Amino acid sequence: MKEKSSIFSRFGDKQHRGRLMSFVLVIIAYIAVEVLVKTGNLGSMFSSLLVPITCYVVAAIGLNLNVGISGELNLGQAGFMSVGAFCGICVSGILAGSVTAGIPRLIIAIICGAVLAAVFGFLIGIPVLKLQGDYLAIVTLAFGQIIKSIFMNAYIGIDTDGLHFSFVESTFKLQPGGKMLLNGPMGATGTQKIANFTIGTILVIVALFVVYNLMFSRSGRAIMAARDNRIAAESVGIPISRTKMLAFVTSAALAGAAGALYGLNYSTLVPNKFDFNTSILILVYVVLGGLGNMTGTIISTVVLILLPELLRSLQDYRMLIYAVVLIVIMLVTNNEWLMTKWKSLFAGKAKGGA
Amino acid sequence: MADNTDKSVKAPVLDVQELGIDFGGLTAVNDLNMQVYDGEIVGLIGPNGAGKTTVFNLLTKVYKPTRGKIYFDGKDTAGKSVVDINKAGIARTFQNIRLFGNLTVLDNVKTGFHNVIPYSPITAILRLPKYFSSEKEINEKAMDLLKIMELDKYADYKASNLPYGAQRRLEIARALATNPKLLLLDEPAAGMNPQETAELMDMIRFVRDHFKIAVLLIEHDMKLVMGICERITVLNYGMMLAQGTPEEIQSNPEVIKAYLGD
Repeated sequence: MKEKSSIFSRFGDKQHRGRLMSFVLVIIAYIAVEVLVKTGNLGSMFSSLLVPITCYVVAAIGLNLNVGISGELNLGQAGFMSVGAFCGICVSGILAGSVTAGIPRLIIAIICGAVLAAVFGFLIGIPVLKLQGDYLAIVTLAFGQIIKSIFMNAYIGIDTDGLHFSFVESTFKLQPGGKMLLNGPMGATGTQKIANFTIGTILVIVALFVVYNLMFSRSGRAIMAARDNRIAAESVGIPISRTKMLAFVTSAALAGAAGALYGLNYSTLVPNKFDFNTSILILVYVVLGGLGNMTGTIISTVVLILLPELLRSLQDYRMLIYAVVLIVIMLVTNNEWLMTKWKSLFAGKAKGGA
Repeated sequence: MADNTDKSVKAPVLDVQELGIDFGGLTAVNDLNMQVYDGEIVGLIGPNGAGKTTVFNLLTKVYKPTRGKIYFDGKDTAGKSVVDINKAGIARTFQNIRLFGNLTVLDNVKTGFHNVIPYSPITAILRLPKYFSSEKEINEKAMDLLKIMELDKYADYKASNLPYGAQRRLEIARALATNPKLLLLDEPAAGMNPQETAELMDMIRFVRDHFKIAVLLIEHDMKLVMGICERITVLNYGMMLAQGTPEEIQSNPEVIKAYLGD
């Protein structure tokens, strides 16, 4: 057999280049933003978006692990974010007296949020990941709705007697000096804002680190093998449901961590914030960025969050243009002719450079 | 069995006894008895629809048998899962190629080492020393297998981009990575030209000698079957029609009737 390298794509090298690029991209973006903030060139609107952007990037990276790498559709990523958010807010509220410094408390809250979301993911995954097909999408969709209703009716408070919890507002009484952590449909109010952009960026890097290290390992190969061909994967001894569970739980944990950071960035947070639309929005970031493509996910998340804000001056036409841009991006990135032109452009440049 | 009295002192690696499966009212395989001994290359042939692939699916627990027993390595395999049976030492390839199309050729083989060289996801995420030593070992062994199957030059290519014959060989390499005692090959020469088939025959013999494993293969290419199989089992309508050496099978009137009709 003759070797014809031109007709085969060199796949391995591309993966490693992409991996390095996403880290570089995040660090460059961070430095650029910090410079803009320090020199006072960043408007208040944009600086208020910095932490939410990092949160959505982390949640989207997590979702891409589940949808792109593991090939299982998840329509409840916002549900896992809300678990993380309200868990993080409660943990931060409980620890407010004992851990006064913001950063350690934030880190503990993020870890707690990630762990609780992972536990929820695990419980959902036990029955669902044994099945083949789109059941995970249906169940996570339901989970997102159920968890929203639960938080809408949950009352959690802390006072000198300790922690109080109820689903009925009228029976809920706190000692004088007590503090409500969760207040039913009003959500969390009076949260101490301890999140910041640096921690957010670190969380993005940690998320990338976790996902990439998982992807390029025994477990990652198993996850992708189970996605590409279930029967063949089993035939080489890969347990399908356990493998898919690993991707799903990791994805949920990342969403939980992102949620905790998000929750601690606002003084008030209502459960309605994490509804079905938010889940779909995160899915749009992932699909537009490219399934399995983490760098693309980061870029598409940032662009799609900033775009509506940049178009604000267009008032009523804002969402119209947003929709048109979305459609154009989808058409362009799926157009083979354009993609080959684009690639040949790059190949030409590389040759010229060398 | 008269033809292998010399082997009767040695226990077979695979012992199938009165195996049968029904799909609803249809009996796909019935009353099948066959043995495969260590280091043997055994052929499983028969007209289309005779139930050959069904036998493979029964051996690898994709289907649960309705009747009969399968002993592997002296142990009853009843109740084992597809994953368990691979861990026990049966690896297979598929009639319709089933590769991990989006993975590289090298990664396809590496997946085969899943249970052979294991380490935990935590080790992977934290990049502990065990990760590096295990990955190095996996990489070396996978490259060795690719060299044996003459696929090393394709290592970095996407599996779905390989030529057809190379895809078949990659499936064998991936199956060998799981460190089997018995290799099941489902039509390994399908779609290959005569020259590729001749190379494949040498490869199968080499694999048997090098890894000291038994091979059970389904094949329609009679040149391959008669050329490398030491014993052949013929299936027809899910029933065993004949069993014996290639010479015996070629001259068996029942077999000729099944293939050519009355």
